Amino acid sequence: MSYSRELIEPRPAPPVPSKPLNASRVTALAILAIWAALAVAMVWLVITGWDEAKFLRYGPRYLSGLWTTVSLVGIAVILGAILSLPLSFARMSQNRVIGAIAYSYVYVFRGTPLLAQLFLIYYGLGGFRPQLESVGLWWFFREAWYCGLLSLTLNTAAYQAEILRGAIESVPRGQHEGAAALGISKSVAFRKIVLPQALIVALRPYGNEIVLLIKGSAVVAVVTVYDLMGETRYAFSRTFDYQTYLWAAIFYLAIVETLRQVWALLEARLTRHLKR
Amino acid sequence: MSGWFSALATALDPLCGPVGIFSLLGQGTVVACGDAGWGDEIAFGVKVTVTLAVATLPIGLALGFLIALAAQSQDRLLRVAVGIYTTIFRGLPELLTLFIVYYGLQILIQSVFAWAGFEQRVEINAFVAGMIALAVVFSSYSSEVLLSAFRAIPKGQYEAGDALGLGRGQTMMLVVLPQLIRIALPGLGNLWMILLKDTAYVSIVGLSDIVRQTGIAARVSKEAFFFYFLACLLYLVLAIISSFGLGFIERWARRGEVRR
Repeated sequence: MSYSRELIEPRPAPPVPSKPLNASRVTALAILAIWAALAVAMVWLVITGWDEAKFLRYGPRYLSGLWTTVSLVGIAVILGAILSLPLSFARMSQNRVIGAIAYSYVYVFRGTPLLAQLFLIYYGLGGFRPQLESVGLWWFFREAWYCGLLSLTLNTAAYQAEILRGAIESVPRGQHEGAAALGISKSVAFRKIVLPQALIVALRPYGNEIVLLIKGSAVVAVVTVYDLMGETRYAFSRTFDYQTYLWAAIFYLAIVETLRQVWALLEARLTRHLKR
Repeated sequence: MSGWFSALATALDPLCGPVGIFSLLGQGTVVACGDAGWGDEIAFGVKVTVTLAVATLPIGLALGFLIALAAQSQDRLLRVAVGIYTTIFRGLPELLTLFIVYYGLQILIQSVFAWAGFEQRVEINAFVAGMIALAVVFSSYSSEVLLSAFRAIPKGQYEAGDALGLGRGQTMMLVVLPQLIRIALPGLGNLWMILLKDTAYVSIVGLSDIVRQTGIAARVSKEAFFFYFLACLLYLVLAIISSFGLGFIERWARRGEVRR
């Protein structure tokens, strides 16, 4: 039997092979250079075009626009969630007629642009002023803000109903049967067993839907609501300063990225019992 | 040849042709074709919307494919570079992207002209601006769909390509791409529907698409509800036609699958 009498001397780690400059590296550097150039151009545009008066004049307006966007989307998401509950049940209903009605609602609101829906509600229903006044609803359809809220709510309800339906149907049958075997009534089983499991599945799509709604809410600017986009358009029409759009882009990116990070944390927290 | 083709297109026009809906049902109403009503204007809007969406699709797909390739590259810098792109354009509202492209390109071209010595006001084509903005947004979403489709293809497929002596390009074209299309089709179909709806934003920068044409008709004729309802209906019809088309393409893509 043989064994080595001398151990190999300890040696330093081999040198890291230098990465050759290949095609992907060159492309990466080129794209990064473009991003850097754009960032520099933006900063330069802001510095050279800096105007104290403009900042004092439009800064507060931007903040109020930001608040309008956030409140509009927040209320629309909550109202849409409330509306989506009966819709998704109707969609899952055994009754063919109810199912067809819910399906066509969802199909219509998901198949047409939000802009067309908004115009239909604001300008289209605005044409029925005498009838609306007689039923006492004119105060609602007169305000662009309420019309924007209504169209966003109806739109997001359709999307949220589909998310909720998919999530509820993703809960295995065995869970319903198990609850029934334990003698738990259907409503309690739904609230305490099915819904918590469904909402975890629905969490990520809900986050995406809120992001889509924040982005979609920019269209209400077209019907004279002064949300973030509306204030931006106002400032641009007064100053013809391209910076106005860049600031709006920064605000929107900040909202969306914050929401995405918060949502990722929330999801990690709520699904921590599922980690292995 | 082109005269014959345009004659055929006119004959088969589903809205204002000899057997079009507006020509058959709209006679004497506000949607009559010709000078009497708004039928032909709206038919033109439908054409613009469809053309814009169809013209954007290949650019967005090609760009999205390249971005998906870059996003799964070994190089960290390349992943970061395209990550910035997708983060920006998935986070910005489409309307804002459109404005940034529309006014940004104008300012850019104007300053290039000024630098070269011409003083000239440049007005950029709304169609081109819309196409660029929508293609950018479409590509950043489609890159995610294609990336997840790439991840669904097992490594063994690439290794089998190597074992058969195929080059990298051949492996991509002959082995990976056919499977990739099949896996990515549902996601891309959804993105097509979103693209079709997003074309409505271009009406705000003045392109005569469905929303703008019906909007003009609504303002002039004072029948806002009818015309905006018609706009929604037209989009809905386009969506229904697309879902039929997508179903057909999906069946075509799945024709090689073993029936079990």
